[in-house]
Amino acid sequence: MQTSVSIKDLSLNFGSVKVLEHLNLDIAKGEFIVLLGPSGCGKSTLLNCIAGLLDVSDGQIFINGKNVTWEEPKDRGIGMVFQSYALYPQMSVERNLSFGLRVAGMPKAEIDQRVKRASEILQIEPLLNRKPANLSGGQRQRVAIGRALVRDVDVFLFDEPLSNLDAKLRSDLRVEIKRLHQRLKNTMIYVTHDQIEALTLADRIAIMKNGVIQQLADPHTIYNKPVNLYVAGFVGSPSMNFIEGTLNGPTFTAADGTAIPVGTYDFVGATSGSTKAILGVRPEHIFVGEAAADMPFKTEAEIEIVEPMGSETLAWTTVAGVSVTFRCSSDIDIHAGDKIQVGFDIARGSLFDAGTEERL
Amino acid sequence: MSQTATMTGPAPDTHTKVESGPRGPRPKPFFTPQKIIIYSILVFFTLYFLFPLYVMLVTSFKTMPEIRFGNIFALPSQISFDAWVKAWTSACTGLTCEGLAPGFWNSVKITIPSTIVSIFIAAVNGYALVNWRFKGSEIFFSILIFGSFIPYQVMLYPLVMITRELGIFGTLQAVILIHTIFGMPILTLLFRNYFASLPQELFKAARVDGAGFWRIFFEIMLPMSLPIFVVALILQVTGIWNDFLFGVVFAGTQNLPMTVQLNNIVNSAQGTPEYNVNMAATVLTGLVPLIIYFVSGKLFVRGVAAGAVKG
Amino acid sequence: MADTAVDTGRGAGNTGRRGFLRKTFLHNVPAKIAALPMMATVLVVFIGCTIWTVYYSFTNSRLLPSGDFIGFEQYERLFGTSRWNVSVWNLVTYGAMSLVFTLGFGFLLAVLMDQKIRFESAFRTIMLYPFALSFIVTGLVWQWIMNPTLGLQGTMRNLGWESFTFDWIANPRMVLFALLIAGLWQGVGFCMVLMLAGLRGVDEEIWKAARVDGIPTWRTYISVVIPMMRGVLVTAVVLIGSGIVRLYDLVVALTNGGPGISSEVPAKYVYNYMFGAGNIGQGLAAATMMLLTVLIIMVPWAYLEFGGKGRRS
Repeated sequence: MQTSVSIKDLSLNFGSVKVLEHLNLDIAKGEFIVLLGPSGCGKSTLLNCIAGLLDVSDGQIFINGKNVTWEEPKDRGIGMVFQSYALYPQMSVERNLSFGLRVAGMPKAEIDQRVKRASEILQIEPLLNRKPANLSGGQRQRVAIGRALVRDVDVFLFDEPLSNLDAKLRSDLRVEIKRLHQRLKNTMIYVTHDQIEALTLADRIAIMKNGVIQQLADPHTIYNKPVNLYVAGFVGSPSMNFIEGTLNGPTFTAADGTAIPVGTYDFVGATSGSTKAILGVRPEHIFVGEAAADMPFKTEAEIEIVEPMGSETLAWTTVAGVSVTFRCSSDIDIHAGDKIQVGFDIARGSLFDAGTEERL
Repeated sequence: MSQTATMTGPAPDTHTKVESGPRGPRPKPFFTPQKIIIYSILVFFTLYFLFPLYVMLVTSFKTMPEIRFGNIFALPSQISFDAWVKAWTSACTGLTCEGLAPGFWNSVKITIPSTIVSIFIAAVNGYALVNWRFKGSEIFFSILIFGSFIPYQVMLYPLVMITRELGIFGTLQAVILIHTIFGMPILTLLFRNYFASLPQELFKAARVDGAGFWRIFFEIMLPMSLPIFVVALILQVTGIWNDFLFGVVFAGTQNLPMTVQLNNIVNSAQGTPEYNVNMAATVLTGLVPLIIYFVSGKLFVRGVAAGAVKG
Repeated sequence: MADTAVDTGRGAGNTGRRGFLRKTFLHNVPAKIAALPMMATVLVVFIGCTIWTVYYSFTNSRLLPSGDFIGFEQYERLFGTSRWNVSVWNLVTYGAMSLVFTLGFGFLLAVLMDQKIRFESAFRTIMLYPFALSFIVTGLVWQWIMNPTLGLQGTMRNLGWESFTFDWIANPRMVLFALLIAGLWQGVGFCMVLMLAGLRGVDEEIWKAARVDGIPTWRTYISVVIPMMRGVLVTAVVLIGSGIVRLYDLVVALTNGGPGISSEVPAKYVYNYMFGAGNIGQGLAAATMMLLTVLIIMVPWAYLEFGGKGRRS
């Protein structure tokens, strides 16, 4: 597959602070990549480097096979959408869209045509004569996307574009962006700290921490086969349950002595002898009542707290001496104080080396 | 950790895949024409701004024969403090020849009480305007702000008559009153905006606890307003110290502040002008605000900007 | 009326007049007492004194205010006095130049300071320090620098540049420029600080967006940033403008109105007639004209700024 954006050995330092370190990333044409991580992990910095808004300290950036490391942002063939929308406040929507093209000296007919197309795609035609101050947050963000659209570029960069919107609008615009991607088939690089956005939008997610990509994979792999403890804990809400213990052959022994069979687990590599390990299992992979009967590991547990969420129910209990959350259908009638059977299959869980925190 | 990134391609610490062509930071020559222009303009203005300070200091350390030699740039051949001593103790202000010292102490006597009174009243105003609004309070405030743009000359004569009626014309009290009046708009604005930025829940909680107007002011609001007090202090001390008009009109001949005395030394002196004494006196008068300026640094900027940025 | 929400419970029982009195005078008593100085200042000084001045400007008050109305006679005399006309003309000329150059240089310097330069805080400290000094100090320093025989001109001539001329302070046609140099020295730094605050207030992402759009820096300043700084610009104009109208100390210290009457300004005219010449009526008429000038500047501004409150968000 053709590479659209290629980042080779990229480093960025602010003085002695290393923000990005020897970072490599290849993005295929038409791919939707999400850079996900907590604030300060370097994801926005990486995006700004790709855009050319920040000078890199070392390494190279290729866009469409062209080395753009020293190019100005406007010459890189990118369009960018910002968190604060960054619309020019004193210009109408139409002028916001066309300003860059007019400065570049493009013929008026072509400008009009591009503005028309972009406003059609984004359904902002009725807004063209308004000023940004008279637009809602969602409308502003559409205009901001439109400004990237009229540039007619191959690569779209999104820097937390939905963070300033309320929850309802956010999920609406999320779908719109996905629809836009399906229609335009551009390469899109999207920075967010919201894992739902990442999981729903991405072809591949790059999870970042301290300027290093922890895992780059499709959402399903990220969610089900996290490559290390950090990724496992970061993705998923409520987050994965972790049980510390020792791994010895086919058995995991928790700190309180509970033995959990791990024979069904698909190990990444061979393990030998006895290893300090951490067992992780997602709340929805813990089964209760009769469903737990078939599980390789099951135990009796007392429900401590029940949180009905409408479509499902969250419950807290203690398994192997550790507080554990599980998720079950809201049809199951459970109450605090109930003693029920809970169980899970490690095949759907994860095991991590307690020392290196890598997946076993 | 390094393993995790291998999915993206080569091991991170090998540079094998890096291709030829531009790499790393954009080359940035230290001297670009743009930078040369920027720094030239800045340096030109810096010289413009520093030149008077340099001239003031250099002249004040020279002797009169050296000044008559006629080189304003030259450093003093020998540093002489005579001009400073004379400016402080015996320069003639027209009527008397006691130097600037009396003027300095007059300015101190004017500045300290004026600053305290004006800031206190403005703080109470700001507090009442934010937390204890009453019918018409906003109208009073609007007129107060609008009034700050009325030229002083318009209100000058009636104020002379009022202070005369009160029997304080030509005394320190009169100057203090006038500074309190004309400092009120900007200070009230400052405090009002500051108090408005404090969480209202704090005030409400105190009221629920049964505290009244003054108790909340002294026990809750004041302890939280140190930053704005410092800004107000800087604003008022420099403003009042630098005042000329109110001092000359209201203070009376016994209490003329330093700026007035300085102007008298330089502009109404008899005989041959002693430029070194003039400049020493000028530096001495500028010293108090300059010290405040250099010590307070960013707070001074905040003070002058706070006066400008409306809420 | 403002307190209806609070008082509805009790209000029902109150009969008209007493309820009204209660609401108007007894509500919030400590706050009203505390605000007495402010009310007194507003009513007595800003409103009372201003009205008094306007009123007595129509009388023939000389050493003391008197009640003899003479209509517009003081104003006729005022505009028949060459000293006043020179003052007004000086203020207009100086004001226009001062406004343009203070804003221009202030903005230029702010833009330069915003280019990620080294020693930014040192530059700022140097540019702003004159603003901390009094006009008297400013005026006297520049008076010395511009001294024709021993100041800059004399020095240059002594150094061999015989034709060097910098005698603006003694030249009736150039004296306003002498005032301007001193005035700019004092005020440009402040304007720069204001403008810089305005520039720094512009969202950084706007700059990024403009770079991605390929807008040149100078074009971004003109088309995007300056329109965004409208608030700061208006504030700066109002502050510089009200400073210009008040111009007094600087003239007293630098030129004392001279040579002759060539650098007189209205504020000085008012002072001289009130306290020097003992012609109060004339001084009050001049002061009223100053008030009128300020109103002409302020009313449209206040209307624009506060008239349509809904627009600003």
